[in-house]
Amino acid sequence: METNNKRTVLITALALLLLYALAVVLDLCIPVTSSWAMLLTVIQKGSVYALVAVSMNLLNGFTGLFSLGQAGFMLIGAYVYAMFTIPVADRMSVYQYYDGGLIQFYLPWPVALVLAGLAAALFAYLIGLPVLRLRSDYLAIATLGFAEIIRAICQWDKLGPLTNGSNVLRSYTRFSSMEIGGLSLATLAPVALASLCILLIVLLINSSYGRAFKAIREDEVAAEAMGINLFHHKQLAFCISSFFAGVGGAMLAMFASTVQAAQFKAAMTYELLLIVVIGGIGSVTGSVLASFLFIAASEWWLRGLDTGTFLGISAPGIFRSGFRLVVFSVIIMIFVLFFRRGIMGTKELPDLFRRRPKAGRKGASQ
Amino acid sequence: MEFFNANLPYLLSGISVGGQYALIAIGYTMVYGILRLINFAHGDVFMVAGLMMVYLSTAVPIYLAVPLVILLTVLLGFVIEKVAYKPLRSAPRMSVMISAIGVSYLLQNLALYITGGLNKNYPTLPWISDTITLFGATTRRVTVITPILTILLVAGLVLLINHTKTGMAMRAVSKDFETSRLMGIKINNVISATFIIGSFLAAVGSMLYFSNYPGVTPTAGAMPGLKAFVAAVFGGIGSVPGAVIGAFLIGICENIIKALDTILMQLGVIQSGLGLATFSDAFTFVLLIVVLVAKPTGLFGEKAAEKV
Amino acid sequence: MKKLVSFLLVLLLALGMFAGCSSSTTEPADDGASDSAAAADGNVVYIGVFEPASGDNGAGGKQETLGIQYGHAVQPTVEIGGTEYQVELVYADNQSANDKAITAAQTLTSAGVSVVLGSYGSGVSIAASDVFGDAGIPAIGVTCTNPQVTAGNEHYFRICFLDPFQGTVLANFAKELGATKAYCLAKQGDDYSVGLCTYFQQAFGEGNCVYETFPEGTSDFSAYVTNAKNQGCDVFFAPTSTEAAALIIDQAATQDLGMPMLAADTWDSNVITSAAQGKDNIELYVTTFYQEGGNAEFDAAFKEWINSDETNLTNNNGNDMISGLSVMGYDAYFVALEALKAAGSTNPADVMAALWDVTYDGITGHIEFDDVNGDAVRDAAYVKQCNTGTGAWDFVKVQYAE
Repeated sequence: METNNKRTVLITALALLLLYALAVVLDLCIPVTSSWAMLLTVIQKGSVYALVAVSMNLLNGFTGLFSLGQAGFMLIGAYVYAMFTIPVADRMSVYQYYDGGLIQFYLPWPVALVLAGLAAALFAYLIGLPVLRLRSDYLAIATLGFAEIIRAICQWDKLGPLTNGSNVLRSYTRFSSMEIGGLSLATLAPVALASLCILLIVLLINSSYGRAFKAIREDEVAAEAMGINLFHHKQLAFCISSFFAGVGGAMLAMFASTVQAAQFKAAMTYELLLIVVIGGIGSVTGSVLASFLFIAASEWWLRGLDTGTFLGISAPGIFRSGFRLVVFSVIIMIFVLFFRRGIMGTKELPDLFRRRPKAGRKGASQ
Repeated sequence: MEFFNANLPYLLSGISVGGQYALIAIGYTMVYGILRLINFAHGDVFMVAGLMMVYLSTAVPIYLAVPLVILLTVLLGFVIEKVAYKPLRSAPRMSVMISAIGVSYLLQNLALYITGGLNKNYPTLPWISDTITLFGATTRRVTVITPILTILLVAGLVLLINHTKTGMAMRAVSKDFETSRLMGIKINNVISATFIIGSFLAAVGSMLYFSNYPGVTPTAGAMPGLKAFVAAVFGGIGSVPGAVIGAFLIGICENIIKALDTILMQLGVIQSGLGLATFSDAFTFVLLIVVLVAKPTGLFGEKAAEKV
Repeated sequence: MKKLVSFLLVLLLALGMFAGCSSSTTEPADDGASDSAAAADGNVVYIGVFEPASGDNGAGGKQETLGIQYGHAVQPTVEIGGTEYQVELVYADNQSANDKAITAAQTLTSAGVSVVLGSYGSGVSIAASDVFGDAGIPAIGVTCTNPQVTAGNEHYFRICFLDPFQGTVLANFAKELGATKAYCLAKQGDDYSVGLCTYFQQAFGEGNCVYETFPEGTSDFSAYVTNAKNQGCDVFFAPTSTEAAALIIDQAATQDLGMPMLAADTWDSNVITSAAQGKDNIELYVTTFYQEGGNAEFDAAFKEWINSDETNLTNNNGNDMISGLSVMGYDAYFVALEALKAAGSTNPADVMAALWDVTYDGITGHIEFDDVNGDAVRDAAYVKQCNTGTGAWDFVKVQYAE
């Protein structure tokens, strides 16, 4: 057991290092104007979505709480991050209608990133007090409603000195402006941040807390009978998931270069939910894979469906603006109806490399 | 009296939009009562009904287009149930809800593709779109028609539920799904009937709604749909009269919130605007959370024993 | 088997919907790829068209694109450094959404464009600005009027006037109409309308304005119309997207608003005139860049070009009325060509350097950029009134800021 654990740690560390090296190399090799630049975008945005999808999976897949508030928590994260990392010199032009805004200091980005997660977790804690006692589908609609409320509050004119009201926040620290000694971190930073956060979530899932979460998912009554404090554990899962959603929101802001409450709609939560479903509810690996596939397909591979030519077929009459999304939703419906377990089911990456004695024995006995 | 006259338009449009929400809310509440499913696609069915009217009215005369739209909407609701929900009957509830979200996503994207994402002008339906004057306030005839028509339709529906065999089957299924199946009720027929009724009312609702606010966009159904669902929760999910009362209440409150700055200034409470109109949508959800926490069964809902 | 049947049903449902409706739909007039045959000799310069073709601003974006396409049809080649280059337009639909704008912009930068035109709507331009900046590609804003688009950067230029100017012009015009109290309506999360309302209030006097915002997706504007009446306002200022505009006009007519409506350049569209046509209790003014009839020769040729193609006609909302947006798009295209000529190379960096000194006498007037932000130097706006009888724009006056 001991050696097994050590081996896992070693393999994980090696895999991560390899991943980071690859990110740096790709960043160096591909200039922004080349036709392969989309690959970098997919890696960056995909990392962000992977983190948020895994955080959603922690709640929906591992704890069995059907929450649709993800976009709201991402919004909080994105806003907190952006508000604190705009350089003081630029505040006058960003908060142009509010005399430079209230906040007149600047935090380094790692601090703001953690703060973003904490703010989201705090809101989750407060909102969790009433809504986590609700039944599954009521919880879904209540969290969805909460996200809408947050969006309205952020756009309220009277809060303008803080949130800039309806206007975009910009000029804060972005991925593409990060560098160490001339080496661009534009791709490494999101990959590293997301992978570390996902690692933390995986560790949590494999801990005794994670087992308690799964017990709640399987059967609340039985879990309670086993001595698991239902509300306490639900609250914990909700806050942790929201923490990482907040961090993910901040990372989305770092990717996107502007933040505006209007983009964090219910549609965003739905997209994330569908990613989780495609990946497999209850599989971290699945969520990560599905995120990259989803982003690559929607931003890169299927773009031809919108602009007239796809796979060499030119049909501007059919392949026009919006067709990509239609194809997409049909694919999603096929997954939902016929491959309900998603790409990975509840399996994880290591499971794929393990021998499957069960299947072998079954075959032998027949 | 002057205060009343000045603020009558808010009340009128509140009642009107409330009636339209009510017609959508019935679809939600009946489906939830029977399948325990939040049919996220219902708001989009409402939107598709609007789009069908836009396209059909260019092809056939209005008096043909109206029944055709109703028929096609009913068919759409029926097909959605058969394709997206029926195969998942034995699946966990979460899967069905995800399927509903998927259908909603599909319908919106289809509409986006077909319309090119542009606002489509709803055709003017004769008579109900005429302008009339009521107690000194000018408005459309549809504003007055909506509550009357809503109440008539609901009365008919309540009669149907309470006094026909189908209605009895519906009540039985929503009380206990498994037992009613054992009793020989054809569950699938009952569910189909529910979806047909819901879609029919959504189609009527869409005609009233879009006659009042004549622009159809792919997301036009999302907000009214969510609000109608809140109305259903507020009235007690599964209860048709509850959903109707909830819908009227939300419609009126929403208009009052939009007008709150103006009313408060008239009354001399505040000197300058607070920008409260920002919260006209958010308010609905605050109401939802308050209701869910304070009285999860809603106004008229029955307390259901949690099945283990 | 059952699975197969329902699978087929899903497909059928989807296909049925296309088939049912595709006859009444349109496609973009040009997909960029079709020009490639003409450019067989290899000297091609790419110009990015960064415009919304869907979403809230889709109608305006299409009209602006139409102007650019017409420019391209009139002058499909450019001489750069003594060599004849074929111009090819590369399109990216930013879907009127700030989050979609970024990747849309990236498709342009990775397609190797030398200069970008667009966008209609300031929010998307601000959002995508850094993408163009990082890639070192210059962008020419056509009708994005918010100051933030060009402020603090070197790569974003624009040929239109700015919101502080436009807001002041509108406020002055409102005063000339005899208004003493104004109702301002903006959309939440929309940089354009919020910005314009702010500048309008500054010029009109904040104490004399009632300012409200409506959430995205609102279709019930009756309460806002009643608010304006109850607050005793005598002018209704609503610089929203055309999508909301049609609904606002409709409500204003139903409730008999009884005061003039004012709006800015977005409302210069035949979406508005068709919404207002026949509603004779509506008095509607807009400020814009161009008045049809300003250049008869251009008007006639442009109309002929629109009418020559069914798709162009649909993209222009079904008739051949000339929108100021299209004319601005046309001018922007020629400014880009001038910049390419002046740069003497297709390298984006050279084009960016050359743009600062470009001057061009366009249909909408003389265009040159100031040295600070790369904004066009403009001092006049056209005021037009909607003729609710004929559904056309009547020229009112040329309005200056002072």
